[in-house]
Amino acid sequence: MSNLPALQIILPLMAAPICAMVGRPKFAWGLATLVAWASFAISILLFLSVRDGTVISYDMGGWAPPLGIEYRVDVLNAFVLMIVSGMTSFVMPYALKSVASELHESQHAYFYTAFLLCMTGLMGVAITGDAFNVFVFLEISSLSTYALVAMGAARDKRALTAAFNYLIMGTIGATFFVIGLGMMYMVTGTLNMADLAQKIAANGDSRTLRMGFSFVLVGIGLKLAMFPLHLWLPNAYSYAPSAVTTFLASTATKVAIYVMARFMFSIFGFDYDFQANTMQFIMLPLALVAMFAASTVAIFQEDLKRMLAYSSVAQVGYMLLGMSFLTQLGLTATVVHMFNHALIKGGLFMAAGCFIYAVNSSRIDDLKGLGRIMPWTSAAFVLGGLGLIGVPMTAGFISKWYLMQAAFELDWWPIALLIVASSLLAVIYVWRMVEVLYLRDLPEKNDVRAVPLTMLVPMWGLLLLSVYFGVSADITVSAASRAANALIGASNIFWQSGG
Amino acid sequence: MPDTMINMDLVTGHYNYWLVVVLMMTGLFITVSRGNLIKKIVGLNLFQTSVFMLYISMGKIKGGTAPILTDDPATVYSNPLPHVLILTAIVVGIATTALALALIIRIRESYGTIEADEILEIEHQIDDPDPSPTNPANALMARIRGNR
Repeated sequence: MSNLPALQIILPLMAAPICAMVGRPKFAWGLATLVAWASFAISILLFLSVRDGTVISYDMGGWAPPLGIEYRVDVLNAFVLMIVSGMTSFVMPYALKSVASELHESQHAYFYTAFLLCMTGLMGVAITGDAFNVFVFLEISSLSTYALVAMGAARDKRALTAAFNYLIMGTIGATFFVIGLGMMYMVTGTLNMADLAQKIAANGDSRTLRMGFSFVLVGIGLKLAMFPLHLWLPNAYSYAPSAVTTFLASTATKVAIYVMARFMFSIFGFDYDFQANTMQFIMLPLALVAMFAASTVAIFQEDLKRMLAYSSVAQVGYMLLGMSFLTQLGLTATVVHMFNHALIKGGLFMAAGCFIYAVNSSRIDDLKGLGRIMPWTSAAFVLGGLGLIGVPMTAGFISKWYLMQAAFELDWWPIALLIVASSLLAVIYVWRMVEVLYLRDLPEKNDVRAVPLTMLVPMWGLLLLSVYFGVSADITVSAASRAANALIGASNIFWQSGG
Repeated sequence: MPDTMINMDLVTGHYNYWLVVVLMMTGLFITVSRGNLIKKIVGLNLFQTSVFMLYISMGKIKGGTAPILTDDPATVYSNPLPHVLILTAIVVGIATTALALALIIRIRESYGTIEADEILEIEHQIDDPDPSPTNPANALMARIRGNR
């Protein structure tokens, strides 16, 4: 039991090379699925044991922090771990047929290898308590993501340039992050997150610290597609294999949001005006612009996956907005939305993958009238779309409800109005799909493949869960609220209680 | 000395940082401005290397020796931790470069060029030249594209 935090990372890390070495597609898929489910079970166990507010601190290799690398699990980490491993568990069964139809058979084993490495990296980022370790895991996940995106070249060669551009932007982001860490190390002489938090509070404000803060902000901003830094995202999501898009959209940006929250709230804190001002006068406007600009661009897209990708940029805007309120309620909204959006966007991208499986195209024009012959997939898409808009009884409503409450709490009612207004933009692009699917005539010559059950079941599973968490939000909201408490309030009290 | 003169201490005392800044900006500029994909990667490598130098030079302590334990308690050591961190970062950099070069080979195979503007032109041709009628706003978008 006490080695669970290490197992969480080691299991997928060890399974990845085995997949590549054995090289048989079915075996690689089986092992990856098994590992994903085992990881999910581990993260549920971890979540249950830290739910009451205890903090698990695990010394990697027996070296005590702050010198050794520490794995540190609190409510927030465990919640993010659960999102990542849970989404992997849902994507794996889906990937079997989807990957088989989109990639050449010789690539399958390597696909699952890269997939497991990506999952390892994301979970490592979430679980580690060491700032430099975050960078290493971030790059493990990013490098495998570039490879995964490039595998979409079997369907469309533009995946290669998408992966290349992502690599350039992602590496610049990661390097900025390292520069920021370097500045923080200059000021404090430590890299352990808990230690950093205390030393930054003790050392006082300095220009080096401010530069470190800014570099970390921009670096992570690139990784999470913060509005003007989102340019890599639409192409990467559009041309990657469907299973990869589903996985990335529901986990990669969420983990980056987690890193942002962890660095902003737990490490830097808001003792100094510079940090708080940056959040409220730079991040908040950018988040608002993202909500409107990205949603507007989404309306004009001709490709379903690209439309959903732009919608993701807008949804990241909601998460950053919640964070930039700098209140407990705002952070709660961010964490809840991380979870809810993972379910909704995961389901929607799975539906897009089903359309691609059926008609081998994700162009909206090629999907005309499919509502009649693909009732299950189309209905799932509409259900996910409702969640995206934030209709009551869906998970998206819960997120927006808390986001608006957070705005009202600060008496920032114009922002609450803007949240509603931007949701109306989502109505337009979701309605556009409804119109194409249900109100257009099916072309006379159609060549529609039946979508297998292994793809339909995970998709419906995710979307039904999103409805479940929309109706009874107690579990998610209470977990998110405790996670927000862990981050804000007295970040120092939080860090001291565990160590 | 009047205040308006350059503070020479700031220049000479931190010369390692100034060198790093120059190298960093050179690398970043090459990455952003060059159209040739290989040159982009060269720029990215310069950019990363400058960060390695930032870390390594920051671990140096005046009069400090190599961090090998000696019996003399008066020995001053340089800080070895930044160096170790950079070993890891170098490995990450190599992996990134290798992956980028592999991608460039694949791009050359399927596009026949590694110039960003020629690739962009080929990609525009793949996009449907005739925008879909389901979206009335496409006429507007087409006009914006035409003007660019």
